[in-house]
Amino acid sequence: MTPREARLLHDSLLVVAADPACAKKTAVIVEGAPHSYAELLDEALRLASALRDRGIERGDRVAIYMDNTWPCVVSIFGILIAGGVFLIVNPQTKADKLAFILDDSGARVLLTDAHLAKEFVPALEQVAHAPAVICSRLDDSAGAAESFETVIASSAPLATRAATIPLDLAALIYTSGSTGNPKGVMQTHQAMVFTAGSLVEYLRLDADARILCMLPLAFDYGLYQLLMSVRLGATLVLERSFTFPAQIFARMRESEVSVFPGVPTIFAMLLAAHSREALSFPRVTRVTNTAAALPDDSALRLREVFPNALIYKMYGLTECKRVSYLEPELIDAKPGSVGKAIPGTEVYLLSPEGHEVAPGEAGILHVRGPHVMLGYWNRPDLSAHMLKPGKLPGERVLCTQDHFRMDDEGFLYFVGRTDDIIKTRGEKVSPVEVENVIHGLGGIREAAVVGVEDAVLGQAVRAYIVLNPGASLDERRIRAHCAAHLENFMVPRDIVLCADLPRTATGKVSKKALLENPPA
Amino acid sequence: MTTDIGPVRDKVRSYILANLMFTDDASQLPDDVSLLDRGIIDSTGVLEIVLFLEEEFGIKVKDADMLPENFDSVGSIAHFVGRQTAQ
Repeated sequence: MTPREARLLHDSLLVVAADPACAKKTAVIVEGAPHSYAELLDEALRLASALRDRGIERGDRVAIYMDNTWPCVVSIFGILIAGGVFLIVNPQTKADKLAFILDDSGARVLLTDAHLAKEFVPALEQVAHAPAVICSRLDDSAGAAESFETVIASSAPLATRAATIPLDLAALIYTSGSTGNPKGVMQTHQAMVFTAGSLVEYLRLDADARILCMLPLAFDYGLYQLLMSVRLGATLVLERSFTFPAQIFARMRESEVSVFPGVPTIFAMLLAAHSREALSFPRVTRVTNTAAALPDDSALRLREVFPNALIYKMYGLTECKRVSYLEPELIDAKPGSVGKAIPGTEVYLLSPEGHEVAPGEAGILHVRGPHVMLGYWNRPDLSAHMLKPGKLPGERVLCTQDHFRMDDEGFLYFVGRTDDIIKTRGEKVSPVEVENVIHGLGGIREAAVVGVEDAVLGQAVRAYIVLNPGASLDERRIRAHCAAHLENFMVPRDIVLCADLPRTATGKVSKKALLENPPA
Repeated sequence: MTTDIGPVRDKVRSYILANLMFTDDASQLPDDVSLLDRGIIDSTGVLEIVLFLEEEFGIKVKDADMLPENFDSVGSIAHFVGRQTAQ
């Protein structure tokens, strides 16, 4: 395929891999194993033709349920080249929720990994229309599936370009919502191309960048590390997680990582390790934080670990990927701020009645720019809650429903959320989703899930539970049930059995009272 | 001298079953199953296992030892403890 200027999300891969000077460059180092741009394009083109052969047409959804692996990277680009829309499901997701996402998205193919069979096999039994399954490292556990590796090896690279235009969907990015079920954020090619460009601009990155990604590719923060890297023709150092920090540190040195994206929990663990034994990564030139606020004293101590790095505090939500960033030179001058709108976008604050608010006063953050989502897949009701008419005819701006204030120089400060979503380890947890799972156990009269402050996690998930009379449940049984049905980070750290829950005047459970006066 | 790590292995398995998998069905956790692949451990899970090993076996786990080759299965954890206590 002839490369051209990037209009579609995968175009930059075509450009980089077709340039003889770059084709052999390492695109991704996956747990120590390097893969070149030429290899990435070749495998993606083969997967694309395999997907076409299996009936995938322009606009069809293809689900990826994989860890941060080489097949996952190939899958993202293979789906796009085939004209499909990719969605990545966090590999911690359990069967029920995976089945929900497969049904909701209408995915026609599932790309997965054999070690996740324990969850995807039962999920496939529940779905209304089972997708075809292509499974890497296939073994007997995976049921009726084709081998990913065989499919790649036996398919010829796709020769014809899909008819995709920039307005077509590139991805559905599923995110937890306050209503309980996850919602698929619709993002077009042009929005994602724009966003990746805006991010590399303010991060001041170029083709020499060596970007670490240990956040799940299912999380937009992880995904965009890959998208930025390929856009630049840079190198991504992909790891499965921060579970083994010593391994990450070794890999950072050996792969000469220059960009370190993290969330506050990762930085807290890193600083704890640093206080036991001094760490220093002088090659790192960029450190980024988002998902939850980085405490000012942590930012200060990170300079000991990363003496040559610019430290970026950022804010975003999946619905527009990223809202704002603070110029690293201003980190001391603007403590507590998450800065200003990312390049090419703007933000403003409005009162609940829709009026402008004065500097220093809190208002609801609104975001305007090409990075704003098209809406939630299949959920026009929820889309209408977040997308409001903008300044120009037909335009939609994102009403984040988050409260911010702006100082007289236009710098943003987070005030609070209007929903009750819990942020733990940088991940969003919907209390309703956890409560629904707890109720699924039987014997539960009432459950109320709240977030409580925690130095490392940001917030920890706590469940207050009232049992039905005669129910013989204990904490362990409840926890086991949660662990079987929820991602690890959603499982309550604290389970508190109590006789009753505090209520509001209208008889609803008062989470505010639960936090202020916890029942014994 | 070789240490018999059988009892260590059983204690480690019981601990993980009870505290990270919330079950007592030992067949759920064979010696060589990858704790990471199966989603049984994450970064906080590893720290819980480390604290347990330090208290139960009186060893000191260094940050540099917290690697998948030492912690990704019941078998590898037991061997790691065996090496530490033999020193």
